[in-house]
Amino acid sequence: MALLKSLAARKDDLSSPANQLEFLSNGVFKKGKLPLFKDKIAQTNHFPLKPKKLEILQLNLGYMCNQVCSHCHVDAGPDRKEIMTKETMLQCLEVIRTTGAHTLDLTGGAPEMNPNFRWFVEEASKAGIKDFIVRSNLTIILANKKYHDLPEFFKKHKVHVVSSLPFYKRDKTDKQRGDGVFDKSIKALQMLNAVGYSQEGTGLKLDLVYNPSGAFLPTDQNLLENDFKVALKEDFNIDFNNLFAITNLPISRFLEYLIASENYEDYMYALVDAYNPTAVENVMCTNTISISWDGWLYDCDFNQMLELKVASKVKHISQYNEDLLNDRDIIISQHCYGCTAGAGSSCQGSVA
Amino acid sequence: MSKTYYDPADLRKFGNISEWNEELGAKFFDYYGKVFEEGALSAREKSLIALAVSHVVQCPYCIDAYTKDGLQRGIEKEEMMEAVHVGAAIKSGATLVHGVQMMNKYEKLSM
Repeated sequence: MALLKSLAARKDDLSSPANQLEFLSNGVFKKGKLPLFKDKIAQTNHFPLKPKKLEILQLNLGYMCNQVCSHCHVDAGPDRKEIMTKETMLQCLEVIRTTGAHTLDLTGGAPEMNPNFRWFVEEASKAGIKDFIVRSNLTIILANKKYHDLPEFFKKHKVHVVSSLPFYKRDKTDKQRGDGVFDKSIKALQMLNAVGYSQEGTGLKLDLVYNPSGAFLPTDQNLLENDFKVALKEDFNIDFNNLFAITNLPISRFLEYLIASENYEDYMYALVDAYNPTAVENVMCTNTISISWDGWLYDCDFNQMLELKVASKVKHISQYNEDLLNDRDIIISQHCYGCTAGAGSSCQGSVA
Repeated sequence: MSKTYYDPADLRKFGNISEWNEELGAKFFDYYGKVFEEGALSAREKSLIALAVSHVVQCPYCIDAYTKDGLQRGIEKEEMMEAVHVGAAIKSGATLVHGVQMMNKYEKLSM
């Protein structure tokens, strides 16, 4: 499969967040066949959705990536040039030193491709954050010689590595993430194991992220974790800690796929049918602040991609104030059904 | 729009059958849900059985539903196709075993 281009590079209509939001508010939602997310959560007394205690600061270091995954909600790829500058990183470090959040979560694109990534990790790791996550796509470790020592670097800074692996078999993984991705991912996981990740007594955590390779929802996270553990151990002698099952949200390239494959309506019905009020209690926007490459603040990574900035006086990292932010209403739209279906979905997996 | 007896969108309305008989509808859906829970057989095994039976009874709604269910459970296409062959083998076997009846009748009627 040839490497795709991002929606942005193709100048596709869906590269516009406004167009995506308009699409998500029309069709089955406009005709009243399905309830708007706002009305659905109002039925269970969850509107307006409010934050709880801030636990996670998630920083997007840039949309550049060595992969172009067909489901990517970031629309990331080699053709995306949006990268967090050192100046914005310095502003983030100020916040990291004073935040009440216990988890720092670096994501992208491929965050490792940011030229200041290593400097930033070194500085941020001095702040004493309890759980320091880097979301690595795995193949970046093998993409270029300069990245080969990333497992050692992660180990040195006690980084908690969270990596995407859509399935434990080659065909589904490569279909979603590109030819050769599975073999490289397996090699990278073995390299992480070799330096001590997910090995007893090291304290080095390696978690995997599963997301369905198509227009269907994930099944029980524990069952999937067990299948992954057995298969990866038997076939490749790979160990990992936990599996996070994540639902694909109907935005960006996954929305494009749903529309092109004529699965959009069925998928939205499936999400709405699986609405779980218990999941609403714990959706990640209630304990997370997402910070974009250019320092703007969002309720979650998905709202970031839809350019829905926080509904607060404080909208940028340069004005950061946790108390003021915690008083906001969370911005919602129909894509939010993705986080409330079944056992719920978040960057940390199931929530209910 | 072409008219057909089967509309894929009707599957979503399956629950509506309770509107015309709430008691029996509720009993059926309770029973259905219970059948597919983890038991002596895993939910995964039950999903594959359901897929095979869906083909044998030639229910398009059931085929859609249990293909999707299998995908969600991480059941692979090779497993799904083998399940379909199990159903097909039983169905064709059920046809062919009647060949014995044909042979019996033939022999009985022949001098």
